Amino acid sequence: MNQIPHPTSDFITGTYAPAPESTSHVKIQPYYRLFINGKDVDAAEGTRFKTINPATETVIAEVASAGETDVDSAVQAARTAYDKTWFRMSGRERGKYIYRIARLIQERSREFAIVESMNGGKPIRESRDVDTPLAAAHFFYYAGWADKLEYVFPSRDARSLGVAGQIIPWNFPLLMAAWKIAPALAAGNTVVLKPAETTPLTAMLLAEVIRDADLPPGVVNIINGGPATGAALVNHPDVNKIAFTGSTDVGKIIQRSLAGTPKKCTLELGGKAAHIVFEDASLEEAVEGIVNGIFFNQGHVCCAGSRLFVQEGVADTVIGMLKNRMDTLIVGDPLDKNTDIGAINSQPQLDKITKMVNRGVDEGGTLYQCNNQLPGKGYWYNPTLITGVAQSSYVVQEEIFGPVLAIQTFRTVDEVIEKANNTRYGLSGGVWTDNGAKIFHVTRRIRAGVLWANSYNKFDPASPFGGYKESGFGREGGVHGLYPYLEVV
Amino acid sequence: MNMNKYHFESPEIPHIDKVGVEERVARLNSRSIKKDSKLSALKLALSMIDLTTLEGKDTPGKVKQLCTKAIHLHDALLHLPSVAAVCVYPRMVRYAKDFLQGTNIHIASVATYFPSGMNSLQSRLEEIRFAIDEGADEVDMVISRGKFLQGEYQTIFDEVSEAKHVCGDVHLKVILETGELRTLQNVRIASDLAMSAGADFIKTSTGKVQPAATQPVTLVMLEAIRNYYRKTGRRVGMKPAGGISDAKTAIRYLVMVRETLGPDWLIPGLFRFGASSLANDLLQQIVKQLTGVYQSPDYFSKD
Repeated sequence: MNQIPHPTSDFITGTYAPAPESTSHVKIQPYYRLFINGKDVDAAEGTRFKTINPATETVIAEVASAGETDVDSAVQAARTAYDKTWFRMSGRERGKYIYRIARLIQERSREFAIVESMNGGKPIRESRDVDTPLAAAHFFYYAGWADKLEYVFPSRDARSLGVAGQIIPWNFPLLMAAWKIAPALAAGNTVVLKPAETTPLTAMLLAEVIRDADLPPGVVNIINGGPATGAALVNHPDVNKIAFTGSTDVGKIIQRSLAGTPKKCTLELGGKAAHIVFEDASLEEAVEGIVNGIFFNQGHVCCAGSRLFVQEGVADTVIGMLKNRMDTLIVGDPLDKNTDIGAINSQPQLDKITKMVNRGVDEGGTLYQCNNQLPGKGYWYNPTLITGVAQSSYVVQEEIFGPVLAIQTFRTVDEVIEKANNTRYGLSGGVWTDNGAKIFHVTRRIRAGVLWANSYNKFDPASPFGGYKESGFGREGGVHGLYPYLEVV
Repeated sequence: MNMNKYHFESPEIPHIDKVGVEERVARLNSRSIKKDSKLSALKLALSMIDLTTLEGKDTPGKVKQLCTKAIHLHDALLHLPSVAAVCVYPRMVRYAKDFLQGTNIHIASVATYFPSGMNSLQSRLEEIRFAIDEGADEVDMVISRGKFLQGEYQTIFDEVSEAKHVCGDVHLKVILETGELRTLQNVRIASDLAMSAGADFIKTSTGKVQPAATQPVTLVMLEAIRNYYRKTGRRVGMKPAGGISDAKTAIRYLVMVRETLGPDWLIPGLFRFGASSLANDLLQQIVKQLTGVYQSPDYFSKD
């Protein structure tokens, strides 16, 4: 037979050529002030901090850091706006403003996605396809509720609370801002939002959007800063409600500070989700779900499927398939459209992940890691599996908040339900099986706020999200997400 | 029938989640293939084409046009690969043989009463013999979809295994006609059957039934090939056919192959496109990559 010539090609042997998202139309200011009462203001004490791109370690902007005085003026602005404007405004009028914010986010979505990736390290594929559209969707969704509150709780009166203090994490900076601000405004409250210290920039873009939407001054105030700023907001006597998303440790501090005060509180904290694969699952799709479950956003996801349970009959097959799939993951420049795994958010987080994985190995765990060539600068961690671990292992009990999956096997349904619940967290979980009855049998017995069947990490503004046990309390999203911002009498 | 090394085993009923398959395809489609990667992928796709004419009105003259196109894809460009093969009906094989003499281009012929397969097994095997005697290097057979849907898996195994026996060293591509099998689960079962019976390639469709090749179907077949390779160590090829007419879609298929089976499968010996109009779009895109501008379609010969 004739031999067909074999063409040489980098498509075959090499990596994909760089396909970076253009940043030409994005203008990041050298310095962002505090957004209080509709104006950009310097911090009273003039303090600033630098914010970096975790993929390059370069400083991309400076940000004003709010002290106690600034927190006080933000809360005062919010109080005045609540008393004078927002409280008196009809739901339909409030809804108009919220719709406007949603549309403006859509209009500037590319800019939001790029800045999110530059400041937080997440791949542009996610900031473009997940974070930004979902943030807009949350505003659209809650805008629709603004004039329908009386129908949410029939025969009862739903009243706004006043000023909501909101503290958000660095893993989904824009999306978490949307999750917090949208229901608060729809329910008729005014807001003081504190973004995370490492990721202030998309919140500052959101401040621009809010100004462009012509929201009455003081209805939304955005102040950057570290733990001291957060503490000042939590402890401010004129705040009616605190909503916090972040670590369980900080959640506990907040709850202690609020004890004995009339402030309402919701906490969305850590997680260590059980991701369960039964032997009658569609395995190819389950492997994809495992990858999405743990490597989405570098594993910086509170609901990440970080504890994998595979039924013994298919354990070797699934782990083999998973390793093969991991070998095709591309770690690198967050702005490259082909990047699957971006940069770890900060040096301290990278150190934490490294330390925890080392401890897992010391305890006898076996590692499998992707062998992507990591860039010289920036914070990176190759996707990692740890096998040979048990419920008593450190890496199974503790939230790592990185691209690290701890794998255990199981034999029976009862056994895996017991193990899934045997954690101090209860935020999320996943079940893979082609047997519909088994889906309901298992998910009804797992004590977690969100459970996915034959999928993972799916989000929708109409669906409530929140935890059991040390994963917090209160729900965000859906009708349930309005409740924490209302007094129902 | 125990005529070769392949034995019938009742197929495992696979679990396949259509929603999950479509999501995986969507994610693969988000790969952005640019610059050097794009140019080499375009050339690679060109080298994998089975340039096809399968019509009742085919004549030696039409086959000659096709063969000439195969040899002279676009002589204005140097260093272009040639297509992998020309694919015709058995009666046209001898003409293709004549026109392609002295080139590396294979002659593929459809057989086994393509496209329906509705004849006795003896007659269908006879047609394979005829095609090979006429000079075909590769045979594309169809399976009996009716029998498959009746659950007569052994019949499918036997017809493929006997076809392979008749083929000997001639490459056998087994067309599953996935548009008639309807479910992804059936696609997977048919793929497993064909491979276990000795298929050298599995192929989506004849091009006569809609839908022809789709990405979800192709992904499921690629996964079947991967699984079979893990079990047996034998590399089976893949040929999507029908409806792949532009460069962008072709590159998406190549990305699927690369990320499912790995670079080993990115050779014309293991991956083909069954297509007639794809070549010119690839050529147009190659010129665009090299010069930065699109040329009018009139600069590319249509045969």
